[in-house]
Amino acid sequence: MSTPIDLTGVDRETALRLYRQVVRLRRFEDKVYQLFLKGELPGTVHQYQGQEAVAVGVCEALAADDWITSTHRPHGHAIAKGVSMRAAMAELYGKATGCCGGKGGSMHLGDPDVGMVPAIAIVAGGVSVVSGMGLAFKLQKSGQVAACFFGEGATNEGAFHEGLNFSAVQKLPIVYVCENNLYGASTAYHLTTLVPEVTERVKAYGIPAISVDGMDPVAVRAAMQQAREHAASGHGPMLIEAKTYRFAGHSRGDARKYRGREEEDTWKELDPITRMRDAILARDPADEQAITQIDAEIETELDDAVEFARQSPLPDATLAFTDVYADPFPIPSVVGERS
Amino acid sequence: MGSMRMNQAIATALAEEMRENSSVIVMGEDVADAGGPFKTSEGLLKEFGPKRVRDTPISEMGFTGAAVGAAALGLRPVVEIMFVEFLGVALDAVVTEAAKFRYLSQGQVSCPMVVRASIGSGLGFGCQHSQTLENWVAATPGLKVACPSDPQSAYGLLKAAIRDPDPVIFLEPRALYASRGEVVTGPDGLLELGRARIAREGTKATVVTLGRTTSLTRAAAQQANLDIEIIDLLSLVPWDVKTVCASVKRTGRLVVIEEAPHSGGWGSEIISTITAQAFASLDAAPFRITAPDVPVPYQRDLEALYLPSESEIVRQLESYLVTGVVPQPWWTQEGIAR
Repeated sequence: MSTPIDLTGVDRETALRLYRQVVRLRRFEDKVYQLFLKGELPGTVHQYQGQEAVAVGVCEALAADDWITSTHRPHGHAIAKGVSMRAAMAELYGKATGCCGGKGGSMHLGDPDVGMVPAIAIVAGGVSVVSGMGLAFKLQKSGQVAACFFGEGATNEGAFHEGLNFSAVQKLPIVYVCENNLYGASTAYHLTTLVPEVTERVKAYGIPAISVDGMDPVAVRAAMQQAREHAASGHGPMLIEAKTYRFAGHSRGDARKYRGREEEDTWKELDPITRMRDAILARDPADEQAITQIDAEIETELDDAVEFARQSPLPDATLAFTDVYADPFPIPSVVGERS
Repeated sequence: MGSMRMNQAIATALAEEMRENSSVIVMGEDVADAGGPFKTSEGLLKEFGPKRVRDTPISEMGFTGAAVGAAALGLRPVVEIMFVEFLGVALDAVVTEAAKFRYLSQGQVSCPMVVRASIGSGLGFGCQHSQTLENWVAATPGLKVACPSDPQSAYGLLKAAIRDPDPVIFLEPRALYASRGEVVTGPDGLLELGRARIAREGTKATVVTLGRTTSLTRAAAQQANLDIEIIDLLSLVPWDVKTVCASVKRTGRLVVIEEAPHSGGWGSEIISTITAQAFASLDAAPFRITAPDVPVPYQRDLEALYLPSESEIVRQLESYLVTGVVPQPWWTQEGIAR
């Protein structure tokens, strides 16, 4: 049933880069899962396996100085936007070298240097914040665009509707990227929403929307190029609904009992890694070697990231007190007297 | 220097800061064309235009969230929440996002934004438009909280809040918008966040006030000729431990007067800290004069009873100064409630 990825108009270098990015995101998550099972990483994780084509396609179409907002499932977004595997992995380990200095953890990956505010782990939280980013770009006439990732579950939050209405009426340079993976945690979208097409729902705000195969990085990239162009040229925000699927559970403890193996298998046939690989090799079987080399490079990069994270120092206790405010409050000179 | 009402002092401070810094923008419901529901942004649209003075949809979550994103990327938004109760639907943006960006980004992303909100009882607006709710925001590290008590402090503190590199919640006692006072403008009129001021000097007790309770307590002291030192806190986060502690060491007694309900009030924090730091200086138990643990009632006489009134402040302070014993609030004395 799987439709082949269409590489028409995509040069070899771009195709291989898309493949590399999709595999980087996947392998990072697979490694994180193993490390979790071994008990090396604390807390919880919300994993991205299956959805890689969305983050990769979107970030490939963004300019380096465009910004993104992310969610409680940010690993893929962060790496696709340019956070290094080292900085991301070290953050998961809670190390001082992590992208948040060990103070954020899995749900807050981000790095302003690559145009990503620390991920906002409140469902639809980023949808209201991104309006202001668009407003800043518009007032500064910077030509930048902000892309806002969220899942289909966010579309039932009030913030989603207020954020979309706000940016639509003010014609802000924003692209909303809805990753529709069919389930909000364990509940199917159609059980919580009578209009399950997000593209239909946003018509109410006058925002143009396109639906795209979220398992195809080439298609997502093309949709994002179109949406970015629309947003950057002063026409206001646009929305992309990427139909996708997370192969993993919602979070660490999710055994996925709410969906059938058959459904999972159907979606796995659409695995963006296999499809990208097939498309590249269909065009030129000689690229087998390039692909093998990419795979090997990613394993090296990943091993290095894990080693870096393991060897990195833990944050000092004083770090817990830094960056709460620009300047710490003065410590009162009058302290405990004896009676 | 000139006489102005508190809402005019606020509009003046906004205009000056907008002139000073082109990244300052104002957003909110009815703030542009209408000049603000309480006339606190009058004249801004005319001078600065619709790009910087923006009427928003009735959408507190939408525009407060937008302020967070705009602040993170270099603007200095000042948003107006018409009644502080409406902050309830936008708390996520303030408490969970603005207050955390600096921390999570290791200081790289700051949120220099001001959330202005009108607070307080006294105008017959009923229980959903009369609360102060400072406790919603005072217990969130990453936020600062300020509350002026007259035109001068509104002017000086708001300017400081706009210039501050961190998110500041700026709570404006609604009943004082029309109050008039002399306002020193320019650098001499600027105040510092985190610094209290001594609103009246005295020797027998230190009385800490905030917002509306400052003028009520001052009037009570004048009327009954009470020898008390009134410290107008002005900032709740950070609050001026040093000034309060030094005063208590002089007077030996501490009273906090709050407009909010008794349970869980910020005054408990003041008393806890000062008791720990100046216990030996105290010659009587510290206590709080507050509103009762009820919603703000609508009917005029009941509403007047809600806020610690001038006569209630006089009654409790006179008794305390003479006996050193903590007085009961009127509702307990009259056997109505605990």
